[in-house]
Amino acid sequence: MPKVKLPRKSTIVDMTAMCDVAFLLLTFFILATKQKPPEVLSVKTPTSVSSKAAPEKSLLITMTKEGKVFLMLGDETKKDAIIDDFNTTRGLQLTSAELNKLKKSEFIGHPVNKLKSALNAAQEIPPSMMDGIPTDSTNNELAYWIRSITNAYKGEDQRSLQEMILVKGDGEAEYPVFKKVKEALKANEIFKFRIVTEGEAVPIGSELYKTGKDEKH
Amino acid sequence: MAEMDTSSGGGHKKGPGVKKSKKLSTRVDLTPMVDLGFLLLTFFVFTTTMSQSTAMNMNEPKDDPAAQMKVKNSGAMTILLGKGNQVYYYYGQLMPETISEDFKSTNFAGIRKLILEKKNATPIDDLMYIIKSDEKSTFKNAIDILDEMTICAVPPGHYAEVDMVEVEKMLIQKTEEANGIK
Repeated sequence: MPKVKLPRKSTIVDMTAMCDVAFLLLTFFILATKQKPPEVLSVKTPTSVSSKAAPEKSLLITMTKEGKVFLMLGDETKKDAIIDDFNTTRGLQLTSAELNKLKKSEFIGHPVNKLKSALNAAQEIPPSMMDGIPTDSTNNELAYWIRSITNAYKGEDQRSLQEMILVKGDGEAEYPVFKKVKEALKANEIFKFRIVTEGEAVPIGSELYKTGKDEKH
Repeated sequence: MAEMDTSSGGGHKKGPGVKKSKKLSTRVDLTPMVDLGFLLLTFFVFTTTMSQSTAMNMNEPKDDPAAQMKVKNSGAMTILLGKGNQVYYYYGQLMPETISEDFKSTNFAGIRKLILEKKNATPIDDLMYIIKSDEKSTFKNAIDILDEMTICAVPPGHYAEVDMVEVEKMLIQKTEEANGIK
């Protein structure tokens, strides 16, 4: 009987295609993920079911766990005007060099009485070392800052200003801090603002879940 | 595709003295490269947080005493936020005689059910949730309770944040002491 010769098949698979796929996906994910700016202040925001994305251009009030309040002026077109306005209305008498330094810094987190010395410090003070903007009812400097913001946006679309004002806070910050921030905003006739939260799925079976489903049908 | 033609061009004849060069395959084993690719891929997928920060709308009322709302006792539910993620609540108004029975405590896991029960038991026009935050409660608590309102589809205007009064502060303190919450 003649032997049946089985052709020997190589078990080596061409990996080129798989390699291509792997790197294609890798490139996609690297490029598709937005690079988050490094967070100098560590803030863990609470979660909410809100699905609206936070705007990129914003005037951000940050509350840390320790209860410090910081201001971040994200609108470059108005940043200078706000700082100049604050300088004149509060009578800080900062030199132009000091003003320039303040305009360049990302976070505003110094009380007025320490601002000048902090700007003249040889080394830039990191936000975690700053004292934060005072929000006490007797010395509510945050309210003055917000007034400067409203002054700078005077005569412009107030709705776009409202959309830009964001409050971001650490979940562990105590409630009075948040209350003082709200009061500072209210003192300047700002009643609508937004809170930065982390997205969360709507609980299944809840009222909102049901209404959301109804709307889709 | 990934191979190159390594065979010597079949044009000229080799003489007897010409050594045949060994055919070396240029095929490279790509398995490690694939491994590396997927390793990096998994690393990036896991490390990037997909959740984008969202923005929640806040509408603060104007502090105008003339525009203060009158709330019906039957439709009011007061939710108090205490320290240690504790939630206290009572319906209507606190009466001195029945204060200990009316003032109840729960937590964030239980409050949703209570909000819904109240919502279903009350005509919508009378419904009002009054939210009061203690000084020791956190920002997260304040956001969570507002979120609960959204989850329970309580229409805006039917809940409000109000300052706490002394009696309530005292009650919370007493309950905290009794329950051993620090």
